[in-house]
Amino acid sequence: MNFPTKTLRALLVGAFLATPALAVAPAGPAPAFQLASMAGKPVSLDQYKGQVVMINFWASWCGPCREEMPILEKLHAKYKPMGFTMIGVNVEPDSAEAAKWLKATPVTFPILFDTKSEVSKLYSVASMPSTVIIDRKGNLRWLHRGYKAGDENEYLNQIRALVRE
Amino acid sequence: MHALKRFAALALLAIGATGARAAVLAEDRADMMYHRYQGGGITVQGPSVLVRKKFGESLAATANYYVDNISSASIDVVVSGASRYAERREQKSLALEYLRGKTTYSASYTNSKENDYKADTYSLSVSQDMFGDLTTVSFGYSQGLDKIGSSVDPTFKDEIKRRDYRVGVTQVLTRDLLSSFNYEAVTEQGYLQNPYRFMRFLNASGSYSRGPEVFPRTRTSNAGSVMLKYYLPWRAALQGNYRFYTDTWGIIAHTAGIEYTHPLWNRWIFSGSYRYYTQTGSDFWSDLFPRAGYQNFMARDKENSPLVTQTIGLGASYEFPIEWAGSWLKKGSANLHINHMMVDYSKFRDLRAFPPGTATPGTEPLYALDANFLTFYLSLWF
Amino acid sequence: MRKPLLILGAAALLAATACAPIEPWVKPYEREHLADPIMSIQGDAVSASYLDHVFEVREGARGATGGAGGGCGCS
Repeated sequence: MNFPTKTLRALLVGAFLATPALAVAPAGPAPAFQLASMAGKPVSLDQYKGQVVMINFWASWCGPCREEMPILEKLHAKYKPMGFTMIGVNVEPDSAEAAKWLKATPVTFPILFDTKSEVSKLYSVASMPSTVIIDRKGNLRWLHRGYKAGDENEYLNQIRALVRE
Repeated sequence: MHALKRFAALALLAIGATGARAAVLAEDRADMMYHRYQGGGITVQGPSVLVRKKFGESLAATANYYVDNISSASIDVVVSGASRYAERREQKSLALEYLRGKTTYSASYTNSKENDYKADTYSLSVSQDMFGDLTTVSFGYSQGLDKIGSSVDPTFKDEIKRRDYRVGVTQVLTRDLLSSFNYEAVTEQGYLQNPYRFMRFLNASGSYSRGPEVFPRTRTSNAGSVMLKYYLPWRAALQGNYRFYTDTWGIIAHTAGIEYTHPLWNRWIFSGSYRYYTQTGSDFWSDLFPRAGYQNFMARDKENSPLVTQTIGLGASYEFPIEWAGSWLKKGSANLHINHMMVDYSKFRDLRAFPPGTATPGTEPLYALDANFLTFYLSLWF
Repeated sequence: MRKPLLILGAAALLAATACAPIEPWVKPYEREHLADPIMSIQGDAVSASYLDHVFEVREGARGATGGAGGGCGCS
């Protein structure tokens, strides 16, 4: 009876010590891409060179993604005058559900449709939702995996810092 | 049992070590259900209410209140000479979940009470998402204490101590196929029989006499199951499952089931299911023993006799338009599931029309049970 | 003999999960079907536990009916 209880105690302590890592700092230029947008005209990333860009990979079937959208809309509205833009990349192969959801919950920032998952692969999307923040020079600066209430504070701090560059 | 405990401890080590990234706790909800079972002279019906609330992003609590209102003139009641009785069983449970990184820890307590039976169960479990959330591994442990009485004998008092170990792995196989493997071992000690049942034996005059059942005071069982669920291209789901069960009483059981789920007309989801169950009886089971005291353990309870159960089910679920409620309600649904169950006993005989002396013992017709049960519930998500 | 083996097994499991991560073959953005409520393997708690209860009372077997996981895998 000694071995299991000692090990169990050690494991529970170990499990509690494991710290979650949600925001990481990647490096290098953000991969270029061009996708069809909801507005009609295709949109490419280099249209936004010189601005701070936040790309949010989302899907209508993803709960935390839907929860995050109103917050992203607020960020876009607030920082747009300072040279910032939010881009929503919808990862669904069939855009019908996403279009339906956006009709009920509209946003003003560009929504692009990555129906072939090319951009998701390009950015190695490893969780839903995923958010990358790109600086004015076009380099990747921040990567956020997932969304939890309160993450928007980190977004605010990072955007504010990059917008001042 | 010792080996399993070590395995569980070992696997918890793996859980602690994997990189922590967030998963999510399920949403706040309330479910109100009416359940009804009718068959074999028994009617059991009542409510089941469940409320679940998250506190922040990491903690959630779920409470459930369940009642069985029983009115029984089952074959066992009739044959024992008793008249229809009514009884009420109340069950309350509280569960807490704590999410940290990709690990969910849960603890729960359940209490069940009826006039001659009280049960307390404590449970702990850990669940971990890994390998890009394609795999979920979970471990569970439960401990229970049942206190048994008898309404016919107020001096009768006994108990059962129970331990339950569960391991499960759910694995995403493809974007359309899910699999789940579960193993559960239960070990019990104490009074494991039903104080209202009896066995029967051939007596000297060629008819039968009743005698007390004698069950072992321990029972250890092992069950392993596999489930596959496939997403069909026209938006439907097909699930198949199989479970193998064996225990120290000699019961071997196979369970196989399929379920088809089909959404229609935007707000409706329909389902159909079929379940086949077969078990051998326990080693010490017999419908008619050659004499009193024939062997150390003797049982005649139909639940542990060789039998086959087939159950067919139909379900319909309607998701109501959110505009009905306002912004405090995220989603709501009304659900109805009806089931028809047929149990064929291959050795248990129907003695209701055959008291001692009316037929040659062992030639009475075999018993068969037909029952219908349904659940109707409203689910609200906040 | 058993204790060192167990420690070795633990180390192997740790190494497997922490040092050599398996690349998920179903990407997070490909989980649309798995996230569909009809693909849930848990079922509503009130009705799933009731169903288990109905069978457990009338049959000899018990256990191995549950399962956690599947779904959207969102964070």
